[in-house]
Amino acid sequence: MLLITCPWCGPRDEAEYHYGGQAHVPYPGNTADLTDEEWAAYVFYRDNPKGPFAERWMHGTGCRRWFNVLRDTTTYEVLAAYRLDEPRPALPQAGGNR
Amino acid sequence: MAEPTIDAGAGPVALRTSPLAHLEARMRAAAVTGARGVRLAEWPFITMVNLRVAPDSEAADRIEKTLGAPLPRQCGQTAVSGSHTLLWLGPDEWLVVSPAGGTSVAAELREALAGDPGSAVDVSANRTTLELSGAAARQVLEKGCPLDLHPRAFGPGRAVSTTVGPVAVLLWQVDEAPTYRLFPRSSFADYLARWLIDAMSEYRAPALP
Ligand SMILES: [Zn+2]
Repeated sequence: MLLITCPWCGPRDEAEYHYGGQAHVPYPGNTADLTDEEWAAYVFYRDNPKGPFAERWMHGTGCRRWFNVLRDTTTYEVLAAYRLDEPRPALPQAGGNR
Repeated sequence: MAEPTIDAGAGPVALRTSPLAHLEARMRAAAVTGARGVRLAEWPFITMVNLRVAPDSEAADRIEKTLGAPLPRQCGQTAVSGSHTLLWLGPDEWLVVSPAGGTSVAAELREALAGDPGSAVDVSANRTTLELSGAAARQVLEKGCPLDLHPRAFGPGRAVSTTVGPVAVLLWQVDEAPTYRLFPRSSFADYLARWLIDAMSEYRAPALP
């Protein structure tokens, strides 16, 4: 079970949240000009890194707000949680004060 | 359960049935007295208004004047003004809880919004209210609530959205008895009431050493 800190409600069980996939995927600006391939890349293709990954979560049984989480996909460690209007934080230094 | 007979002369108030009316006797029978006492009852037809407005807006100022209390700005906080209690739901969302029949609240809040971005919607039928109280009430909730309800972390005047068992509820502690009010969605109320009745049953017996 992950313990995720909602930016508004504080630390809560993973079961209170919904997962929303990769964060920071911008909507294409030139939608009229996109090829099918480019649309497919936007709609379906996502990164699958081993290590820190920025992803969207929604606090479904709490404040019902979307926010972003930086999570290590190998260790499941939640490295940071931040609001949608905040930039992706710099990675905590390895061996630092986590 | 027998279908209610419709009397054409009765108004909507006389015809309404609360989501837990059919469990009233079972909840009363489940009450435990004594040192490990705990009681469960429905508090039906409470007026609930969902309010959304930007917290730093002029409309929020007008709403606070109308309500006579500041809107709580942090998760878990509540504010009381007369018969109204304001519960925090989100950074721009609150639930205004008032006694049954207080139907003018939504209209007053909409008037205070005066067309600015926001909403005040009567959602009284969305949820019902369960009141769980007594010395063992916290232990009953702790069987299925992931939050820390110990007095060091939670207490009278605190309210949070969370889960009890698998049911999403707004959980509000009213006093030190302790008395809790749980607001489940109406369609989940039957399950939650039965879950609580089951969780209460062990407190009839003396505590194991
Ligand atoms: Zn939250």
